[in-house]
Amino acid sequence: MTAIYQMSLTEMSHRLQSRELGVEQAVSACLERMEATEPDIGCLLHLERETALQRAREMDAAGPDPEQPLWGVPVVIKDVLATKDVPTTCGSRMLESFVPFYDAEAVDRLKRAGAIILAKSNMDEFAMGSSTENSAFALTRNPWDTERVPGGSSGGSAASTAAGQTPLSLGTDTGGSIRQPAAFCGCVGIKPTYGRVSRFGLVAYGSSLDQAGPFARSVEDAARVLQVIAGKDAKDSTSSPEPVPDYIAALAERDDLKGIRLGLPEEYWGEGLESDVDGVCRSALHKAQELGAELVPVSLPHSPYAIAAYYIIVMAEASSNLARYDGVRYGYRDTSEKELTRMYFATRSKGFGREVQRRIVLGTYVLSAGYYDAYYKKAAQVRRLVREDYQRALQDCDLLLAPAAPGVPFRLGEKVEDPLQMYLTDIFTNPLNLTGLPGLSLPAGLGPETGLPIGLQLFGPSFGEEKLLQVAYVLEGALPDLPFPRGVDK
Amino acid sequence: MRISKEEVAKIAHLARLEIGEADLGRFAGQLTDILDYMDILNEVDTSQTEPLYSPVEHETPYREDEARSECSKEEVMRNAPRSDGEYFLVPKVV
Repeated sequence: MTAIYQMSLTEMSHRLQSRELGVEQAVSACLERMEATEPDIGCLLHLERETALQRAREMDAAGPDPEQPLWGVPVVIKDVLATKDVPTTCGSRMLESFVPFYDAEAVDRLKRAGAIILAKSNMDEFAMGSSTENSAFALTRNPWDTERVPGGSSGGSAASTAAGQTPLSLGTDTGGSIRQPAAFCGCVGIKPTYGRVSRFGLVAYGSSLDQAGPFARSVEDAARVLQVIAGKDAKDSTSSPEPVPDYIAALAERDDLKGIRLGLPEEYWGEGLESDVDGVCRSALHKAQELGAELVPVSLPHSPYAIAAYYIIVMAEASSNLARYDGVRYGYRDTSEKELTRMYFATRSKGFGREVQRRIVLGTYVLSAGYYDAYYKKAAQVRRLVREDYQRALQDCDLLLAPAAPGVPFRLGEKVEDPLQMYLTDIFTNPLNLTGLPGLSLPAGLGPETGLPIGLQLFGPSFGEEKLLQVAYVLEGALPDLPFPRGVDK
Repeated sequence: MRISKEEVAKIAHLARLEIGEADLGRFAGQLTDILDYMDILNEVDTSQTEPLYSPVEHETPYREDEARSECSKEEVMRNAPRSDGEYFLVPKVV
């Protein structure tokens, strides 16, 4: 029999509803798995052991609720999403003592669907990073090779789900922070269309780019989570009134890819791919073809400019968003200074880590008088051109396919001293956030040379999550099944 | 474009950040590298392109401007580094 921690969300949910599995039993199994794996991978910042067990016992006593699709399912939440009465640090000293009095809308929806929050996961400080090495509190390791990064910024959530700590977790994706760690850790990750999931309670980094989404170990599981968190929220004016389709029903509608046109952007499939990425992704393309899909070469000509435009925009938005941390209403305050302005300086200089300060300075620079048009406005103009490229390509194709990252997970410490090199690791994920379109990262197999997981990305049209999930589901069935990561199952 | 240590200090000041002498030089070098990379955007002709600041496609929804009580004063104050329960307390302003 499958160990409880190995169960998919779909199986666990079914067993919980039929009472073959008790909620306390499921929660305890996940807590045990966390204890067994945390010394190796360190993905959690805060554990809610007693509250979760208490809640589980209450639910066992009350009995299953078929109206709650995640009834009794344990979950992990990235520490950038506000959780009522549970610390929410964003991986920063600045918010080390911050305990929200409300839940993020996505978290509230999970709870209302019956999910139990077990832990908050590690991340790059304020989601700024691609390796989770910018956390002020913990070093997270890749469960496939503990000398390597899990990706970032949602590295804690990705590593946790991959290691089987819970069947699902939430992350956020501003420039690839769900899709890249999903690829690095071998799980499914979805960045929904901008506006599909409410940002209420998602601590703002790049407000025009941020989206929350699920990590899971299968496409079906990820679809179940998206179903719960998607939809309009009056508390977020950017959340869309677009109706939410039945994603689970959509999965059953196809068993092949006949009639599906998949665009291959030449800018993503050229030179510069590491050989494992190239080999595994191309063999996935071959499977798609065998399943009946037609592969169409397309071009996204502004791709070479997207990463520069992305970083200008995200840093500008970050410098504005992070102005709120002034040591007055919440968070850290330096108490050594006796005058208000001096207190602001000391608080911000001690509360923020290096990368956060670097981005605030760059963001302030590109927004400052004399440089605004040359940098920020120019980047926003290029942003439109990047979006038009994607829209044009998607008029002719159902979805676009690309590797999630040009290389396999890099070694811990390899890029920390060179911020520009770190930024360039996001080259395949950043552009999508500029467009607002949805993306899904799917494990495509293990690299023959490195034995590390490789992720394939699918991009879809605005609010095209249904098609994205459908195609990923069929493709997943034809791709090799990933075992549990060897770094945590010695 | 070369960013000097003085410029970094000036920009940091605007953002209420104090960067130590040792880090100023490092930051100046890194900022120069990053901004040099950003110059790639000058290759793109955007003379006919409107900037895109948000990917939102729907109209901004409006609602009645009604007062609602969604949280208590205690909740709002509870994360404050210093308060007297009524007000946020800060060091002297002048």
